[in-house]
Amino acid sequence: MDLELMLKVYPFFLQAAWVTILLSVLTALLGLICGTLGAAARLSRFAVLRFLGAAYVSVFRGTPALIQLFILYFGGPQVGIQLDAFQAGVIGLGINAGAYMTETIRGAIIAIDKGQREAARTLGLSRWQATYKVILPQAARLMVRPLGVNLNMLIKATALVAAISVVELTYTAQRYIGSTYKPFEMFLLAGLLYMIIIYVTGRGVAWLDRRVQIT
Amino acid sequence: MGLDFSIVPKYMDIILLGCAWTIGITVAAALLSFVGGIVFAVIALFSPWIIRQPFRLLEWVFMGTPLLLQLFLIYFGLVQIGIDLPAFVAGIIGLGLHFAVYNSELIQTAILAVDKGQMEAARTLGLSRGEALRKVVIPQAVRDVIPPIGNNMIALLKDSALVSVIGVSELTLSAQRVIGKTYRPFEFYILAAAFYYVINLGMEWVQRRIERRISISR
Amino acid sequence: MTEQTDFVEIRHAQKSFGTLEVLKDINLTVRRGQIVGIIGSSGSGKSTLLRAINDLDPLTGGEIWLDGVQVNKKLPHRQYEKHINAMRQQVGMVFQHFNLFPHMTARENVTMAPMLLKKISREEADALAREQLDKVGMLNRIDYYPSQLSGGQKQRVAIARALAMKPKLMLFDEATSALDPELVEEVNMVMKQLAEEHMTMIIVTHEMDFAASVCDRVLFMDKGVVVEEGPPEVLFRNPAKERTREFLRKHLEGAK
Repeated sequence: MDLELMLKVYPFFLQAAWVTILLSVLTALLGLICGTLGAAARLSRFAVLRFLGAAYVSVFRGTPALIQLFILYFGGPQVGIQLDAFQAGVIGLGINAGAYMTETIRGAIIAIDKGQREAARTLGLSRWQATYKVILPQAARLMVRPLGVNLNMLIKATALVAAISVVELTYTAQRYIGSTYKPFEMFLLAGLLYMIIIYVTGRGVAWLDRRVQIT
Repeated sequence: MGLDFSIVPKYMDIILLGCAWTIGITVAAALLSFVGGIVFAVIALFSPWIIRQPFRLLEWVFMGTPLLLQLFLIYFGLVQIGIDLPAFVAGIIGLGLHFAVYNSELIQTAILAVDKGQMEAARTLGLSRGEALRKVVIPQAVRDVIPPIGNNMIALLKDSALVSVIGVSELTLSAQRVIGKTYRPFEFYILAAAFYYVINLGMEWVQRRIERRISISR
Repeated sequence: MTEQTDFVEIRHAQKSFGTLEVLKDINLTVRRGQIVGIIGSSGSGKSTLLRAINDLDPLTGGEIWLDGVQVNKKLPHRQYEKHINAMRQQVGMVFQHFNLFPHMTARENVTMAPMLLKKISREEADALAREQLDKVGMLNRIDYYPSQLSGGQKQRVAIARALAMKPKLMLFDEATSALDPELVEEVNMVMKQLAEEHMTMIIVTHEMDFAASVCDRVLFMDKGVVVEEGPPEVLFRNPAKERTREFLRKHLEGAK
């Protein structure tokens, strides 16, 4: 193992790790927004919205995220969408993650006992009041753990933007493998940083999950 | 530059060939991941500590890093140690190992969930531990994990697009090649997405049928 | 229209789920302060009737009137939602499985709806919570979460929650059916106390003794119709219909 080389290039990996983190954070935020809207659509009173929500989930979960990214980044200009690689990465991955989060959020909401909504409605709460006072606070607690799984997958999925040349961890590893012919060392560097990010995130999710549980 | 789908039929044969490769790679990697998943699960649960602990670490590395990065390691790493395999073989190995780890997680849980009495009953009949595992415990566990493994296989189909990055001419790279000639990225990536979607629907249909059959057999 | 004394009036209530008709032409009037019990085997439609009064299971035919206002009147969706929310504020409901909000303390369970819907201040809400929880004997558990309470305690908090909206009518849907036998009495006590205060109540129950001791009138339902109704001493001691006799015989044997 070429430790000397690893020490020499590791600052570049560290820098790239910050790009991966930034990508993950922005993607997660966009994913949560899309997931919330998607779940609201799937649970709507209106059949049209339910259909659109189901179509969103089916199409974005039914095709590779890489292709979705390519359509947005390379195909976008043909339909008037001009994005730089980083923007395309965040938007593409965010919409993709949103499709998975839609199912997570919806699953947590429909897992709440029907009697909870009934009890709220018999007190005179409206549909929406029952949802945000009674259903969502309970569903939110159920969501933390599965959303953590979504987040874990999303962090790893940010590697895809290497294919559109965003200089994050995987792209950096690929470039240094190409120039140094040391795949194991470069994998070790990038892999370690990914695992640290994933580990810390996982601990954060576990902490949050403990905090929000009802005593 | 607007959209023009009229040039699509001219390049359909390349895309269809890519489709065939995607299906072939997915099936091969799925088989590898299934067998690998069982082997990994048995190692993780039943091997001595000295093998089990390093193995757990390896699993952790596989689950904590992106598939794309793993593909780079396997493709260039094999070359590095003097094994020069065609890209598609490296791709199948990479996809297969990656999903074997995820399948192994499922199978481990399922094996632990098989009633302890099953193992005891088999042992009292005179079967060795290995035989009891092979003949009694694992077959039951495998039945339990087929539905969730189906989900992994559908994920594998979509992740097979990643092997385009190491130069395997499957559906995604075929689309890229055609785009190189036509400068029509939107049309051909949409076309590729449509093919993935159809294959995906097909897999979901098969999964539902298998699940129905399993639910009858209990 | 309705007479002053007919506080709740159900006319020709009919309810179908698909082709299954669970309520067939039910008529029922309840006067102010009256306590009506509904008995019958499971699947007789008694819970469905009770839930229809609150529009949880809307009727497919017939009318429900409460204090001179039709509960299930035909209105455009948006207006109907407003109307039904206003109606429900006047009707308290207690469920078999309590349906307490697990993420709120007893106090919060009681104060949430009054604060949200009647816009009362936190201080007023707090006083209200103390008053209502005291009434059901749960003041000493005011800051407990439902998971820290026994079944009987949960049900008493659920009753306090319903009472905090100052309802004109209370509906009890098998309020003690999910409780361990030794916890039934504490809930029955609370219901008896309400009866003494002349709260109008409709009680779906399978406890004949309790119905006999509390109700002014008892209905026996079977297969979606009211088979027989009358004062408990008549209905339980000297039922007119064979079906009622059979039900009571089975039920009393079952109790032994």
